[in-house]
Amino acid sequence: MIEAIVFLPLLGFLIAGGFGRWIGPRPSELVTSGPLVACAVMSWLLFFGVGLGDEHAFLRTLGEWFSSDALKVNWSLRVDTLTVVMLVVVTTVSSLVHIYSIGYMSEDPHRPRFFAYLSLFTFAMLMLVTADNLVQLFFGWEGVGLASYLLIGFWYEKPSANAAAIKAFVVNRVGDFGFALGVFLVFKLTNSVTFDEVFAAIPGLEGLKIHIFGFTADALTVAAALLFVGAMGKSAQFFLHTWLPDAMEGPTPVSALIHAATMVTAGVFMVARLSPVFEYAPDARTIVTIIGATTAFFAATVALVQNDIKRVIAYSTCSQLGYMFVAEGVGGYSLGIFHLFTHAFFKALLFLGAGSVIVAMHHEQDMRKMGGLRKNIPFTFWMMTIGTLALTGVGIPHTPFGFAGFFSKDAIIEAAYSAGEHDRSAFYGFVATVVAAGLTSFYSWRLVFMTFFGPRAAVAHAHEDHAHDAHAHAGHGHKDHAHEDHAHGDHGHDHEPRESPVVMLAPLAILALGAIAAGFVFERYFAGEAYGEFWKESLFTGGHNHLLHEMHDIPAWVSYSATIAMVLGFVVSLFVYMLRPGTAHQLARAFPWLYQFLLNKWYFDELYDFLLVRPAFAIGRLFWKGGDGRIIDGLGPDGVAARVVDGAKVAVRLQTGYIYHYAFAMLVGVAAVTSYFIIGGTH
Amino acid sequence: MFEPGLSHYLVVAAILFTLGVAGVILNRKNIIVILMSVELILLSVNLNLVAFSTSLNDLTGQVFALFVLTVAAAEAAIGLAILVTFYRNRGTIAVEDINELKG
Repeated sequence: MIEAIVFLPLLGFLIAGGFGRWIGPRPSELVTSGPLVACAVMSWLLFFGVGLGDEHAFLRTLGEWFSSDALKVNWSLRVDTLTVVMLVVVTTVSSLVHIYSIGYMSEDPHRPRFFAYLSLFTFAMLMLVTADNLVQLFFGWEGVGLASYLLIGFWYEKPSANAAAIKAFVVNRVGDFGFALGVFLVFKLTNSVTFDEVFAAIPGLEGLKIHIFGFTADALTVAAALLFVGAMGKSAQFFLHTWLPDAMEGPTPVSALIHAATMVTAGVFMVARLSPVFEYAPDARTIVTIIGATTAFFAATVALVQNDIKRVIAYSTCSQLGYMFVAEGVGGYSLGIFHLFTHAFFKALLFLGAGSVIVAMHHEQDMRKMGGLRKNIPFTFWMMTIGTLALTGVGIPHTPFGFAGFFSKDAIIEAAYSAGEHDRSAFYGFVATVVAAGLTSFYSWRLVFMTFFGPRAAVAHAHEDHAHDAHAHAGHGHKDHAHEDHAHGDHGHDHEPRESPVVMLAPLAILALGAIAAGFVFERYFAGEAYGEFWKESLFTGGHNHLLHEMHDIPAWVSYSATIAMVLGFVVSLFVYMLRPGTAHQLARAFPWLYQFLLNKWYFDELYDFLLVRPAFAIGRLFWKGGDGRIIDGLGPDGVAARVVDGAKVAVRLQTGYIYHYAFAMLVGVAAVTSYFIIGGTH
Repeated sequence: MFEPGLSHYLVVAAILFTLGVAGVILNRKNIIVILMSVELILLSVNLNLVAFSTSLNDLTGQVFALFVLTVAAAEAAIGLAILVTFYRNRGTIAVEDINELKG
């Protein structure tokens, strides 16, 4: 069964990718979506068997990949609770996104390619989560990176999409470099890359020192930190987050699948999978907590002022990933995975809902041009509201009533507080996550209010704002050429926003179900009393890690703090955008530097541009023009060719083309030869 | 009575040869002159052959001279034919204008 789950998407990719041109778009859609739905069903069966039931975790070896001395790498599928949780997340979201895309991409001429990429991505992600060794993990890791690159740059006619794809790829390379170094170090320390052998060797390595560049450091801390650098890249954490918002250039279903629900969680999954390593590297966990907390806060602040509907959700994703890392940093791996699980549902829901809004608005993504859509697209509105309720973590503390995000997010905040009683970095995590919870609530409701409530800005400004419209279109581009004719008479005044087709709404409904129920149904398994029998051996917690018990003995105000922050955020948002429209503009005018600072995403892109991109270009130009062009080519091929030309220019003067010159030359030659033989050649 | 010896014939032949070569090299006007000069060179060679044949009492040289005459006639015919076609194509047979071989 597990083989079918992993390899059916690959089959779909090969058929749709290899023969999509001949079999046409509709069969391509079916040949990729159909097997994925089957995968999702089988994954849930496995989840009920291995996770909730008492089936044993198992390992399926498919064959040897390569072996060289001590380095032996197999293709194998490891199925335990952690894997089945990820299988459920990946296949469920992926199958729904496939189905949704049939509607969303219906006007795109390159559908077979799109669906092939989606299936390729799913296959790579499944290889990643079923990996039994670090090398196969890395295979899946790079595979999802590749699929992400291909899908962000799917509309390759758009320069901005190409730039975003390259940026995502390059930033991920930075993380992958760290990850690869981490894998090397683990292999050096444990002489193996297989998880079981690595985990068995880790306790014996505690306290081991290694020397790097003249420094002496704890070996496990360095290994864990390097591995976490990989996670930072893939999961868009602070410093390496810049690619994620730009990745919104891809089609919206891609944003939902890759840049919200699955690929970006690979880092979170990896840290949980390698929990034995991180458990023995507390300093590395401190880094994880600090980076996670900073990301949660930073991304939430940036999301406050963004105007592109997808960018708001993208920064929200970034922020929520920070939460997951805070949980893992303080030792609550199951809480991180729990948030990953619930987040997948409501974030995919929000993204697909946003996609539905974008379709209704004829591919307009600027929220300032939306408003009042509640009446036009009521189903999407309700789905988005459920997603927002789940994201902001609406629920009543100490009762089993709440949306999915309520359980997972509050558990993280409580865990951070509990760990923070004897660890300052965890307390920082607690403060950052509570503040971020308030900010999350604010920007989420801001999105809902700006999109679905209030007057229709588009109608009011459509005529006087033509220059602005053109600009927005240059920025966001068209979905494809089919929309060219909509481009100028758009924004709803001659096309009323209309509800999307059923094929797009059905996935929303299923995800909404998950966003409502995933929390209270599964809380006892992920983080509650059924922890032990659910996770079994798949997550490791060290002997002194009693986080899950301690977090129940925290003051009541901590449990309420997140809820209070959430309500506060909602009230402020309601006041600013509903009760007193215009307050936002006044605030922006009152604190222009703060507004600009946030609007420009803390100037990270500019900073990186200044510190890295431009020097890299300068160095590149130096080596290109100076090193390659002037020295290598100058002394090598170009120089030789130039000298040959010079010589030829001299020689060509002999070639006058006059026959008597040639005759004269012949005569001279004959005379010379004859003279030679007459004078001295006879001896 | 002046009795011409072998050396006289050879001198005449050498003068003819030199004139022929000079005609090929120094001529700037007309291709036909070049062809004529080539004929002159061949004739000087013939004169040599005949002179040596008489002097050495060997008829082979004279037979050879007859062959050379035949070949020279054929060569002149072909040369003129080429010249005619060339003139048709280019409209000129001035030596100055014939520099197609120039690099």
